[in-house]
Amino acid sequence: MSRPPSSLIRGIGAHIALAGYTAIALFPVAVIVINAFKSRAAIFSEPLMPPTAKSFSLIGFETISSRGDFLSYFVNSATVTGVSLALILLFGAMAAFALSEYRFRGNALIALYVALGIMIPIRLGTVAILQMMVNGGLVNNLLALILVYTAQGLPLSVFILTEFMRQISADLKDAGRIDGLSEYKIFFTLVLPLVRPAIATVAVFTMIPIWNDLWFPLILAPAEQTKTITLGAQVFIGQFVTDWNAVLAALTLAIVPVLILYLLFSRQLVRGLTAGAVK
Amino acid sequence: MTAPEFALKIEGLNKTFGDFHALDNINLEIKPGEFVVFVGPSGCGKSTLLRIIAGLEHASNGDITIAGRRANDVEPSKRDIAMVFQSYALYPHLDVRGNLSLGLKQAKKPRPFIEAQVLKAAKMLALEELLHRRPSELSGGQRQRVAIGRALVREPQLFLLDEPLSNLDAALRANTRLEIARLHRQTGKTMIYVTHDQIEAMTLADKIVVMNKGRIEQIGSPMELYRRPLNTFVASFIGSPQMNLVPGSKIGLKDVSLVGIRPEHLTISADDGPIQGAVSHVEHLGADANVYVDVADIGLIVARVAGDVEARPGETIRFDMRPDLVHYFDEQARRIN
Repeated sequence: MSRPPSSLIRGIGAHIALAGYTAIALFPVAVIVINAFKSRAAIFSEPLMPPTAKSFSLIGFETISSRGDFLSYFVNSATVTGVSLALILLFGAMAAFALSEYRFRGNALIALYVALGIMIPIRLGTVAILQMMVNGGLVNNLLALILVYTAQGLPLSVFILTEFMRQISADLKDAGRIDGLSEYKIFFTLVLPLVRPAIATVAVFTMIPIWNDLWFPLILAPAEQTKTITLGAQVFIGQFVTDWNAVLAALTLAIVPVLILYLLFSRQLVRGLTAGAVK
Repeated sequence: MTAPEFALKIEGLNKTFGDFHALDNINLEIKPGEFVVFVGPSGCGKSTLLRIIAGLEHASNGDITIAGRRANDVEPSKRDIAMVFQSYALYPHLDVRGNLSLGLKQAKKPRPFIEAQVLKAAKMLALEELLHRRPSELSGGQRQRVAIGRALVREPQLFLLDEPLSNLDAALRANTRLEIARLHRQTGKTMIYVTHDQIEAMTLADKIVVMNKGRIEQIGSPMELYRRPLNTFVASFIGSPQMNLVPGSKIGLKDVSLVGIRPEHLTISADDGPIQGAVSHVEHLGADANVYVDVADIGLIVARVAGDVEARPGETIRFDMRPDLVHYFDEQARRIN
C-alpha cells in the first residue's frame, strides 16, 4: 500500500482515538465481569486483577442460584423486553409505512407529532403514568411496563423507519399492486425485508435501554413476581451491607442476553439484501 | 362476447394536484392491437396519465374504459393490464421464476397453467437459463427482460410501459427497442408506451400522442406528425435536428407569423436561395452532415445536407427550400397551411 504519509498518520491517529474510546467504554463492563468471578476479599484488595487460581470464586453465582426467584426476574426482563421490542418494531414499521406511502391530510403534522416524542423524555410523565396504571389496575403487572416501553420506543422507531421507507422505490410497490398484492402483503413481503437493516438498528437502540431500565420497574412493578433483573439485582445492595459478589454476578448474567441479541441484530445490520433490487 | 371496439377509451379526464392541473381534458381512443406512444417533455403529464390508466392514481374526473368495461373504480390488478417500470421494480426476494409467476399466483391460476406461461415467456425472452437467479444476479438488460416477461405472462388486454429503456445503455437500448417491436408483432396486444425520446416514439409507434403541460397537443401516426404538425410545439418536438422556426416577415411572407422548415428540407443552392448566412459549425455524421448557419436578423439555422458537403466555418452559404414542404403557423402557433 502506497499511501501518502499524512493519511497514514491520520489513520493511526483515528485508530488510537477509537481504541481509547473502546477501552473507556469496555472498562466498567470488564470490571464487572472480572470481579464477578472473584472472592469478596479479592474484589476489594485487587479490583482490577483478573481472577487467579487463588482468588477465583463462584460464590456470587451460588448466592443467586440459591435464591430461586432470580430465574423469574430473568424471565420477567426477557418478557418485557421481547414483547415491547416486537410491538415497537411492528407498530413503528406500520406507522412509518403509512406516513411514507400514503398522501393524506395531516400526514406531515402526524409525523412531526410523533417525532416530538423523541425529544421529550417519557420519565417526565412518570406521575401521570403511575396514576393511569393505578386507575387501570395495572400496577405490579408486566403489561404496565410493556405499554410504557412501547410508547417510549415508538417515536424513534417511526422516525427512522419512515426515512428508510421513503427511499424504497415506488415502482416496486406499484408493481406489487398491479400483480394483485394487498397493501398488507406489500408491507410484509416487499417493504419490510428491504428495511431489515433499519429495523435491526432500531431494535438495538430500543432494546438496550429497556433491558437496563431501573426506573419504571421500581415504580410500576416492584412486586416480587414482576421484578426485572436490574431491579432484582438491587436486593443485594443494602444500606449498610452490599453483597458485591451477588450484585456483580447478577449484572454479568444480565449482560449475556443483550449481547446475544445484539450479535443477532448486528449481523442483519451488515447484510444488504437490497443490492440490485431496483436499477 | 364481441370484441370491444376500443382497447382503451378515455373521456374528459382531468387530474389536479391541489392547484396544479396535471392533466387537462384528456380524450383518447386506442384500438385493439395498436402500439401507442405517449411522448412529451418531462412534467407534461404522460406518466401521470399512464398511472391513471393503470389504476395507481385516481383521476379527478372523467371516464376510463378498458376493453369495453368502465375501469375508474377497478383495482389495478383487476384491470387486465400489465406494467413495465423504468426501474424494472423486480421483487428482490424472489428469483426470476418467482418474479414471473407472482401475478398469476395472486390471481389463483392453476399451477400447470402458471408453469406453462412462465416457460413460454422465458422462451420468448431467452430467460430459460436464468429462472433460478435472483434479480441482484442479473445484468441491466436481463432485468429489463424479466420485467417485460412479468408483464407477458399475464396476457393482459393492455401493456403499459413506462420509459422502459431509460436505464439501459445506448447499444442495449437499440436492441431492446427492436425486441419490444417484435413482441408487439408476435403477441398482437395493445401497448401503451411512455417516453420522452422522440426517436423511440417515431420508431415504435402506430400512433403517437404528443403531450405538453397536461394537454394532448396532437394524435397521429409518426409520419402524420412529421408531415403535418398541428402547432409549433409538435413541429419542434418531432424530428431531429429540430425544425427551424423563422419569423415570416423576415423571408418576405407578411401574413405568416412563423415559418417552419425542417433541416432536411433545406438544400444548398448555387446562387439565388432565399436564406443566406455564414456557416458557424458543421457536424459530420457520415451519411449526412448538420450545417449550422448564422443568418442575419434570424439567428442560427440548421440544415441537414449530404455528408460530403464541403462547407467550412466562416464561409457564406445559400439555401433553397421546397415550398410544398414548408409549414406555416399563425400568432397562436397553430398550423395554417
